[in-house]
Amino acid sequence: MAETNQNLYSGTFNIEGGNFNSAGIVSTGIKSTLKKLGIPSDLVRKAAIVSYEAEINVVSYAKKGVMTLTVHPGVVCIEVTDEGPGIPNIDLAMQEGYSTADQRIREMGFGAGMGLCNIRNYSDAFQIESEVGKGTRLKMTITTP
Amino acid sequence: MKLSDVKEILDAEVIVGEDNLDLDVKTAFGADLMSDVLAFAKAGSLLLTGLTNTQVIRTANVLDIAAIILVRGKKPSTETIALARELKIPILTTKYILFETAGRLYTKGIVGCLQKVDNTSGRN
Repeated sequence: MAETNQNLYSGTFNIEGGNFNSAGIVSTGIKSTLKKLGIPSDLVRKAAIVSYEAEINVVSYAKKGVMTLTVHPGVVCIEVTDEGPGIPNIDLAMQEGYSTADQRIREMGFGAGMGLCNIRNYSDAFQIESEVGKGTRLKMTITTP
Repeated sequence: MKLSDVKEILDAEVIVGEDNLDLDVKTAFGADLMSDVLAFAKAGSLLLTGLTNTQVIRTANVLDIAAIILVRGKKPSTETIALARELKIPILTTKYILFETAGRLYTKGIVGCLQKVDNTSGRN
């Protein structure tokens, strides 16, 4: 089905680790891009939440990261790869309420062990891979119901 | 009700969005934890919070929040005000505490964007 494979948009964005002032700029941009493409508002909302939580994670824990947005009709795909400490125990990290966040992250209104759960819950498909000392890769797919 | 009614009820000061007071609002969500706001708040709701940094504005933008009500007399930073202006998100500040703010709005007909979470995982 050539039509459903049609690529509506591809873009790559850099995220700077540790810079809490700029945290959210990438996901704000992703949201407005999706809106301009005329993507249904429910998909835009989910993609915005997912990309924002993922961006907060990169800013909070990694040196830097890259977020890639790919849009096909009815499908929004967001991939985030970071150069961070990695996650030693993914099952534990995915548990709601489990967090290694410091005070600075908590002061921003995050770091309560909800981020990855929110990402998983708002994604229709979610993959996480991590290597300690290297980094973490997330892949989220959001589709039209 | 209109945002101007919210302003009256809460004896609030408008910090950003003086031109948007005819905005219609029906629901609200209150929390200082932005991840909970992201998990539960609905588009078009008021966000009641004591957090004043730029992430409150980013969160509101992500969710299409109608307006932010800062409680306990909190004042946002200049960066927060600038971002709210840029993203056209009204900010009001009230001296009422979160509990009073919610109670006063509820009495006048504003309801929660949800009453209870669905299950123990907290998923909406």
